[in-house]
Amino acid sequence: MPDVSGMRFAETHEWVKMDGDTATVGISEYAQSQLGDVIYLELPAVGQPLDAGARLGVIESVKAASDLYSPVGGEVSEVNQDLKDHPEYVNEDPYGKGWVIKLRSVKDNPKLLDKKAYDAFVQGQSGS
Amino acid sequence: MTAERTPLHDEHVRLGAQMTNFGGWVMPLQYSSIREEHRAVREAVGLFDLSHMGELRVKDESLAQRVVSRDLTRLRPDRIQYAMLCNEAGGIIDDVLVYAVADGGYLMVVNAGNQDGDFDWIRRHNPSPTGGGQLNNPSPSGGGLLNNPAPSGGGQLNIPSPFGGGQGGGVFNVGRDWALIGVQGPRAVALVQRLSSAEVGTVKYYAFIEGKVADVACVISRTGYTGEDGFELFCGNEDAVRLWRALLDAGQSDGIRPAGLGARDTLRLEAGMRLHGNDIDASTNPLEAGLDWTLSLDKDFIGRDAILQARKRGLSRALVGFKMLDRSIPRHGYAVVKNGEQVGTVTSGNVSFTLGYNIGMAYVPPALAKPGTGLGVDVRGTAAPAEVVALPFYKRPHPK
Repeated sequence: MPDVSGMRFAETHEWVKMDGDTATVGISEYAQSQLGDVIYLELPAVGQPLDAGARLGVIESVKAASDLYSPVGGEVSEVNQDLKDHPEYVNEDPYGKGWVIKLRSVKDNPKLLDKKAYDAFVQGQSGS
Repeated sequence: MTAERTPLHDEHVRLGAQMTNFGGWVMPLQYSSIREEHRAVREAVGLFDLSHMGELRVKDESLAQRVVSRDLTRLRPDRIQYAMLCNEAGGIIDDVLVYAVADGGYLMVVNAGNQDGDFDWIRRHNPSPTGGGQLNNPSPSGGGLLNNPAPSGGGQLNIPSPFGGGQGGGVFNVGRDWALIGVQGPRAVALVQRLSSAEVGTVKYYAFIEGKVADVACVISRTGYTGEDGFELFCGNEDAVRLWRALLDAGQSDGIRPAGLGARDTLRLEAGMRLHGNDIDASTNPLEAGLDWTLSLDKDFIGRDAILQARKRGLSRALVGFKMLDRSIPRHGYAVVKNGEQVGTVTSGNVSFTLGYNIGMAYVPPALAKPGTGLGVDVRGTAAPAEVVALPFYKRPHPK
C-alpha cells in the first residue's frame, strides 16, 4: 500500500500530494475502481496554467469518458508519458505509477479533504 | 419501476460483480476487468448470464412468418436463423434468433428490454386471437421450451423447456421462466462436452439439440454474440445456479472467467454484430443497417413494402465499420465529419482489445461507405482521423 498519509482529495476523486514546490495529481482508488479499465487519457500540455477545480483533461475507460479536474491551481510541469502506452497503470497503481500530472507554482485549495474525510465522503456516496 | 433480477443475481454479487441496469434488468457489468474478461473469451472460455434475454414461443407458424423478415419455411427443424422484426415502416423493432421447433412453430430469442413489446406486437398481429394462446404465461402443464412429446417417463429429451407453452396456436411470453447461460470461447465446446453425454461437438453452428449438461436438462444452442465458438444453454430458472456453478468449476482448468455486459459489448463490436438500441432501432431499416441478408423480400411480412420502396428510392445512409487512426475513442452519438461538416453519427465505438486499436460503427452517406474512405470523428471538438473498414473487424481463426 502506497503512503497516502500526505495526500488530499477532491470530491471529484482526484488526489494531490505536495513534494517541495511540486504537486503530483492522480485519481483515487475508488475512482479507478468505478471507472474500470482505463484505455486513454487526454492530458494538458506542459506549461498550461490551471485553476483549482478547472478541467485538466479527460480519462476514458471501456465504459465511458469522464472529465478530470485539477485539485489545486498551478502550472503543468510534467505529464505522465507512460500512460500513453500503459493507461492501465491508473488501475493497477493509482497512487504510484498511475499518477497523471505534476504542477508547479501551486496555489493551494483549502476545500480538499484528507484521506479519512474523503473515505467518509465516498462511503456516503456509494451508500446512497 | 424496480429492475428485474435473473436467477443468477446472487451468484454475481458473490463473485464481486459490479452490477448495472440494462434493459430493465440488474446485470453484471464486469467481475474483475473488462479487458481480462474479453481476453478470456478470445483465448479460453467465458461464462455469461444471458437470462435477461426474452423467449417468445410462437406456435402459429403463419403468424411467425408474417412478423419475421426471413422465410421460415426454409428453416429446417432444430436450426436457427437471425432475423428482423420490422414495423410497417420497415423500421427494426428488434433483431431476434428464430429456432425452428420439431414439434411445430418457433421459439424467438429476443432482446431483454424488448421482450414485452415484441410479445405485444406479435400478439396484436395474431389473426385468430381466440386461439387460446394469448396468455402471458403458458399453463405450467403445457410443457416446456420446446413443448416436447408427452411425458412418457424417461428419455433425456423429456425436458420441460422454453419451447413449450400452453395449448392453442398463439404466442407465449416465456422468457421469465427460463435462464440462459452463454459459454463462449475456443475451449467452450470441449468444456460443455466434458459435462454432457450428448454429442455437443457435432451440433452445427446455428443449430440446437436437447440434452443434459451437468445433469441439468438444457436446450443446447450453438450460437453466441461474441464472434467465438460456443453454446448458449437454456435451462429452467430453478436449475440455473447448479448449471452456472458446474460450468465455473469444470472450467477452472481451462482458465474460465465469468464475463459481464462490458465484455459482451466489446466482443460483439469486434465481431461486427449490431446492438439493438445502439446500431439499429425502429428508425433504421435493415437495408441501411447492412442486414439485407436477413430479408426474404419474395415473401410477405410486415415492413416488406416499406423496405421495397426504400430500396427503390435509394438509401440515404449506410452503416459502416471504421477504425480510428489515432488513439481517441469513438462513442455512441459522436458526429462523423467530412470537410468540416457533419455527415453521420457514430452508433457504437470502443477500444478493440484484440486488434489493438479503436473501432466503431456509424451511419454515413452511401458515397462515403467504401472501405478506405477517410472520415473524421468529432471527439470533444476535434476531428479525429478514421477510415472505413469492412465488417466484421474480427473473425475467429478457423480450426485446422
